[in-house]
Amino acid sequence: MTKAQKLLKLFLSTLYISAFTFGGGFVIVTFMKKKFVDGLKWIDDSEMLDITALAQSSPGAIAVNAAILVGYRVMGFFGMVVAVLGTIIPPMAILSVISLFYKAFATNMYVALLLKGMQAGVAAVILDVVFNLGTNVIKERSVRSVIVMVAAFVATFVFSVNVIIIILVAALVGVVAEFIKVKRAKGENK
Amino acid sequence: MIYLQLFLSFLQIGLFSIGGGYAAMPLIQSQVVEKHGWLTMNEFTDLITIAEMTPGPIAVNSATFVGIRIAGLPGAIIATFGCILPSIIIVSILALIYYRYKGVGMLQSVLKSLRPAVVALILSAGLTILIHVVFGGQSAALANVEWHMLVIFCIAFFLLRKFKLNPILVMTLCGVAGLIVGLVLNGGVQ
Repeated sequence: MTKAQKLLKLFLSTLYISAFTFGGGFVIVTFMKKKFVDGLKWIDDSEMLDITALAQSSPGAIAVNAAILVGYRVMGFFGMVVAVLGTIIPPMAILSVISLFYKAFATNMYVALLLKGMQAGVAAVILDVVFNLGTNVIKERSVRSVIVMVAAFVATFVFSVNVIIIILVAALVGVVAEFIKVKRAKGENK
Repeated sequence: MIYLQLFLSFLQIGLFSIGGGYAAMPLIQSQVVEKHGWLTMNEFTDLITIAEMTPGPIAVNSATFVGIRIAGLPGAIIATFGCILPSIIIVSILALIYYRYKGVGMLQSVLKSLRPAVVALILSAGLTILIHVVFGGQSAALANVEWHMLVIFCIAFFLLRKFKLNPILVMTLCGVAGLIVGLVLNGGVQ
């Protein structure tokens, strides 16, 4: 694949994902994972999770942030530009058209039924990806990872703790674990 | 002048919304409805409904919708650019840091803790959508279960896991299934 072909592929992939992805930022990240990790194999599993964490904790729309990171990772600066354009063109085009006759659209029964069915599909896609990612975490056989995963889930799902706080606490756990590891290593050297 | 106002307003929305669409909503409301009076509260509610029903981040959808109504297509482009500019700057810097220092022990330890947390966050997002779909937005009681949605979800999940079908194809099929089942259940009265 030449550079131009790869850029085009990146652009079309983000365009396609963005045009068909309803729902919040995590939905689009899930579809990106399917495309760029499982399909094209341009990015690996753990890197995609890092990209998700960075996209989630930066200001702005998660989908745009993730596109910046994916584009940059795949093709540097031009990759970033192309991925961002691919991500924002579909919603811009669709909203431009809808803004002309939005009342009719928002109250249309057929549109509502179609979208509701698609939401069931979105849930299935997300849980399918979570199943794979979660299996990988458990395969690590790291007690820390499993505890963080369970605690983060309970915090967000049961107690509705702010996502930013969860990410900061998880990062802090990483910092503390590293300090303890370094200290232990020093202690053994004495 | 209106272009500059649109740009600056959406720049602020892009800069201060951390954590995705729901975090951006109150910011958009304060800029677009309260501060500038570009939309009435009623129009704003319509905008949020449309944003939820169409692909793309709420912030980008809003920028296009408001921009095009206030200042035509150039307004939509300028507002959207303002909204994504903070992301482009901040996330690019983060990407540089990430790829330069990925191998450093401390950052690795932080990322190792972040990954399971992100898996948990995605799981939570998926379950929230599933619950919303299966209970039709009502309280989670057995009487409120919309069985046909649950069936659509289960079939979609099975197709994804067993046959690894294209997720966007699965979603589209779910939409069509939702439309058909919905029309049959309503007796085709409308």
